[in-house]
Amino acid sequence: MESGTKAARLELVEEPVGELLLRRQWVNYKDVLLKLCLSLATSLTVLTTCTIVLLIGKEAFAFFHMVSIVDFLLGTQWQPLIEPQQYGVLPLVVGSTLVVVLSMGIALPLGVFVAAYLSEYASFPIRSVVKPFLEILAGIPTVVYGYFALTFVTPQLQQLFPAMEVFNAASAGIVVGIMILPMVSSLCDDAFCAVAPELKEAGYSLGATSYEVFRGIVLPASAFRLAAAVILAVSRALGETMAVTLAAGATPNMEWSFLKSIQTMTAYIVEVSLGDTPAGGVAYLTCYGVAALLFGITFVLNVLGYRWMRRTAE
Amino acid sequence: MNVTPSCALEVKGLSVSYASHRAVEEVSVCFRRHRVAAIIGPSGCGKSTLLRSLNRMHDFDPTVKVSGQVVFENQDLYGREIHPPTVRKRIGMVFQKPNPFPKSIYKNISWGPWINHMRGDMDQRVESCLRKAALWDEVKHRLHQSALSLSGGQQQRLCIARALAMNPDVILMDEPCSALDPRSTACIEDLIADLREKYTILVVTHNMQQAKRISDDVLFMYEGRLVEFGPTTQIFSQPRVAQTQAYIQGKFG
Ligand SMILES: Nc1ncnc2c1ncn2[C@@H]1O[C@H](COP(=O)(O)OP(=O)(O)OP(=O)(O)O)[C@@H](O)[C@H]1O
Ligand SMILES: [Mg+2]
Repeated sequence: MESGTKAARLELVEEPVGELLLRRQWVNYKDVLLKLCLSLATSLTVLTTCTIVLLIGKEAFAFFHMVSIVDFLLGTQWQPLIEPQQYGVLPLVVGSTLVVVLSMGIALPLGVFVAAYLSEYASFPIRSVVKPFLEILAGIPTVVYGYFALTFVTPQLQQLFPAMEVFNAASAGIVVGIMILPMVSSLCDDAFCAVAPELKEAGYSLGATSYEVFRGIVLPASAFRLAAAVILAVSRALGETMAVTLAAGATPNMEWSFLKSIQTMTAYIVEVSLGDTPAGGVAYLTCYGVAALLFGITFVLNVLGYRWMRRTAE
Repeated sequence: MNVTPSCALEVKGLSVSYASHRAVEEVSVCFRRHRVAAIIGPSGCGKSTLLRSLNRMHDFDPTVKVSGQVVFENQDLYGREIHPPTVRKRIGMVFQKPNPFPKSIYKNISWGPWINHMRGDMDQRVESCLRKAALWDEVKHRLHQSALSLSGGQQQRLCIARALAMNPDVILMDEPCSALDPRSTACIEDLIADLREKYTILVVTHNMQQAKRISDDVLFMYEGRLVEFGPTTQIFSQPRVAQTQAYIQGKFG
């Protein structure tokens, strides 16, 4: 034993000194394995994304072969499933826009207030009570929100506006607003908390009140992150499906009315996927045209959002 | 008429504790008007904690408890009827790390006076503060560029100018030169010598030579307690406490 280690030691001494610096001396199989697993997992997500994009792209391509893309984007009649077919997507865009506008109108101010309160004013115990509530809100299945809209929000609204239809854009917008509130407030909270405490201290040391510090230092310093939060929230509201299908119905509508039933882009895709539309025909392909449009919009929004999120450093 | 030299800031039996322990214990001292006082002591002895308690910068951390008195213009700054933002307006602060706002150079200076509705010509105020902070010549052509484009030394002088813009009576500086090169340090030391005419200045420093150069009085702290306070010449030539001597000579801390 002893002579063995001695021999090994001697050998090591005899080795050229530079040998220890070589990379192959230090390669560890755990490192290699870990790297392999991680890169596999990563490539899986990339692969999935690519597959989905390719699939949508291919079918959308087929669709736009049959329907002119200009007619699709600028047409004001959406009636692809019954004669005479009309393929103008704008009614769906209007429906989605109504929901996004109303939900952002609710979630944005509330989210900023909640975040400002949590990050600037709330004491630790209050923070630790409110945060779980927001997380519960975020964890409620979206179908429950849809049901909530249908059975609670709409009847309440009908008391205020008797002209309101059973399915309507208002209740959908309201519940989507509540649904994205946790996301908005958490992103805004992150934005406010990312402002260096040294900056706030500098503000206070000039005799500023907490409102002045918030208004004059924290808000401008987090402007880009707030914009990013808005964009990500819009993209989330735009993609919301179940609640809007349940609450807003399936009536493509160009009227810009919150009181009436509408159809959003996502809700249309649900309708086609659930219905007995035969695969392969134009009617079936419409759903890919709409999906491509939706994907395009959310993709741009997300890219912008994440880019702005990173722009706070300076 | 008061026979004793008037105190700009008089600390009486001040103790400060964090959640678990006391960082400052029963400190009593009188900082003279229009003098520079250096606060020295080993790391963690409570210098910053003491300094921050003088303009109520501990208010934002509910776990910090302050007891005792800080008397400024015959009023206890921790009294019930005191409005903390006004305290900070009168007793300004410059921090260890330069912390300019991510705004233009001009706005860095004008923001404080602006939120406090201070009247007068803002351009003139900005210029005079930048001049006092020996920064005017370097930035006069780019007042509307971001303050973050300045060098560290320039940023620190900007922070001093920003504090001056509020026209405070007392300026608290927590190691204002620790992040700076020798030239910027010399610049800020000259600045402190000039500012002494109009302001009362308290400087925390780890640099004995600097303390000797810039201060009129020295306060030596150790483990949260005031060990010795006296004129700089006396502290450096014949300290009364052995501990002070040992620290000054670099034997500990
Ligand atoms: N926010 C805080 N919470 C809890 N303890 C703190 C906090 N800040 C400082 N302390 C503790 O209080 C004591 C004094 O800290 P302080 O920052 O006043 O020291 P200092 O003399 O300024 O040191 P340095 O020269 O390193 O800046 C230290 O023991 C420190 O660990
Ligand atoms: Mg300190």
